[in-house]
Amino acid sequence: MKEPSPEPSSALSVDSVTGIDVSLAVAGPGARSFAFIIDWHIRLILALAWYSVSALIYNGRLSLAPPPAADSYWFGAVYVPALALYFLYHYVVELAMHGSTPGKRSAGVRIVTRDGGVPGPGALLVRNVFRLIDCLPTFYAVGLLATMVTREHVRIGDMAAGTVLVYQGVPRPLAVMNLADAGGALDARGAELIAELLERWSTLAPAARTRLAHQMLMRYGVDQPAAQASDEAALHEQLLRLVGASRKAPL
Amino acid sequence: MSARERERAFSADLLSRAGQWQDAEARARRFSHGHTDDAVDALRVADDYRLLAHDLARARALLPDTHARQFLESAYARAHATLHQRAWKPGNAILTLLREELPEVMQWLRPYIVFSTLTFALAVTAGYALVKQYPELIALFASPDLISSVESGRLWTQGLLNIVPSSVLSAQILTNNILVSLFAYCAGFLFGLGTIYILGLNGLMLGAVFAFVGMHGLSGQLFNFIAAHGFVELSVMCLSGAAGAAVGEALVRPGEAGRMESFRIAALRSGKLVFACALLLIGAGLIEGFISPDPRFGLTTRLTIGICYWCLMCALLSGRLLRRRRS
Repeated sequence: MKEPSPEPSSALSVDSVTGIDVSLAVAGPGARSFAFIIDWHIRLILALAWYSVSALIYNGRLSLAPPPAADSYWFGAVYVPALALYFLYHYVVELAMHGSTPGKRSAGVRIVTRDGGVPGPGALLVRNVFRLIDCLPTFYAVGLLATMVTREHVRIGDMAAGTVLVYQGVPRPLAVMNLADAGGALDARGAELIAELLERWSTLAPAARTRLAHQMLMRYGVDQPAAQASDEAALHEQLLRLVGASRKAPL
Repeated sequence: MSARERERAFSADLLSRAGQWQDAEARARRFSHGHTDDAVDALRVADDYRLLAHDLARARALLPDTHARQFLESAYARAHATLHQRAWKPGNAILTLLREELPEVMQWLRPYIVFSTLTFALAVTAGYALVKQYPELIALFASPDLISSVESGRLWTQGLLNIVPSSVLSAQILTNNILVSLFAYCAGFLFGLGTIYILGLNGLMLGAVFAFVGMHGLSGQLFNFIAAHGFVELSVMCLSGAAGAAVGEALVRPGEAGRMESFRIAALRSGKLVFACALLLIGAGLIEGFISPDPRFGLTTRLTIGICYWCLMCALLSGRLLRRRRS
């Protein structure tokens, strides 16, 4: 079973009024690049789609070629919107999605301010304007280099806007457990393992889940599991009793 | 009771609140996405925040390597972000920017505006003097088409509307000008040197072209062309340069705040002026596309438009345009 991931190598610690700091795992160049590549494909596809459809409508035939002489309608309806989609994508989407984009969401990251909040429109604008520097001389070389050498893996735009890209913790649902009623040597970590086994019970092969159930029961307080190896329902029931969980599915 | 048993009892007590944590996380998620405006729910988010903080502190000590602790970390971070998310109303934000923030930024940037204007003026003078003295140097600053057009006795702007429609011309010009303005601001990141380079280069080009055009007796026509849009366009160039110079200064002399923090403050503050500059350049681009190349507009009309637009710019940046009336 998957172990909880280790402490992030770089974390942003934010003071809070409660006195308990908010710990945010900072995203590195890999997650950033992944998010950027997804977003780049999305905006490219959007811009090309707009260009193609509007050019076909404008030309009235199967041709994407621009008119031989400069034309206001072509410029206003085909060219400018396609460019706007491509160049304003990041700012508009980040504003609408409170510091996220489809690419960032896929990479499990989001933009936050240094106090852990959602960046405002001004900060997002400055962050995106500084792409002019970050993208120099080509392929975002300056930005990528900056994310590699800075402690919080920020590019120039992030430094200017006071933002950081952090992992968006998407918490897994917790199983409802009552450790107080659990017997034997069961601790919180063990209870979580059993809850996870119960959660995945139906997806595991019968031999595997029976073996794991036996191991758990032996380890956490039941010396001799009452049920036979073949009696899966009884093993399942014993595990449920051990963690004091209800029969209901996890919340 | 042994220490182990006590720890286990504390852990059990903590884990018994898993349901509350999940409710708190779901509530914070709903609010952060704007999916609810229930007042009772809003008040409960504040209570949730305290509960999560309390339980997270205990989980960090009692359950360091568990999913429960991970869940609490991310639920607490979400509640924190939700509570600290400022309401944003675009209309109010823009009004506040124009009424209060821009005048304050202009006040702060005053020495930088003087600096960038002087740099630009110096570059214009240098470009003018260079080409006046060595006319062949115009090849460094102007395109071959522009040179041949002026040498044949006509400005490159004549008949421009026969080739490109005004709307297309405007869009091209304003895009180009906004990009130069943004570059002048961002290039301040190179300790201000990038901004000085952009201001210097543009000034040299302007001075050189004016000298070259003057040598062929076309300076009157060139002034006629730029009269309507030039005042604002050149002023905005200096203002963007001032914003970039402030960013550079923050890096060169960061003060007590530290280089990174100083850079952030300067970039965010001067960025407000750059935003206003971009808006002004849209107007200048429209004038340059629709009025400047059109021979039907005489010099008086052009000067009137140019001066009025410049006054409008001053009123906007000083906050006088949208100042609240005193009751």
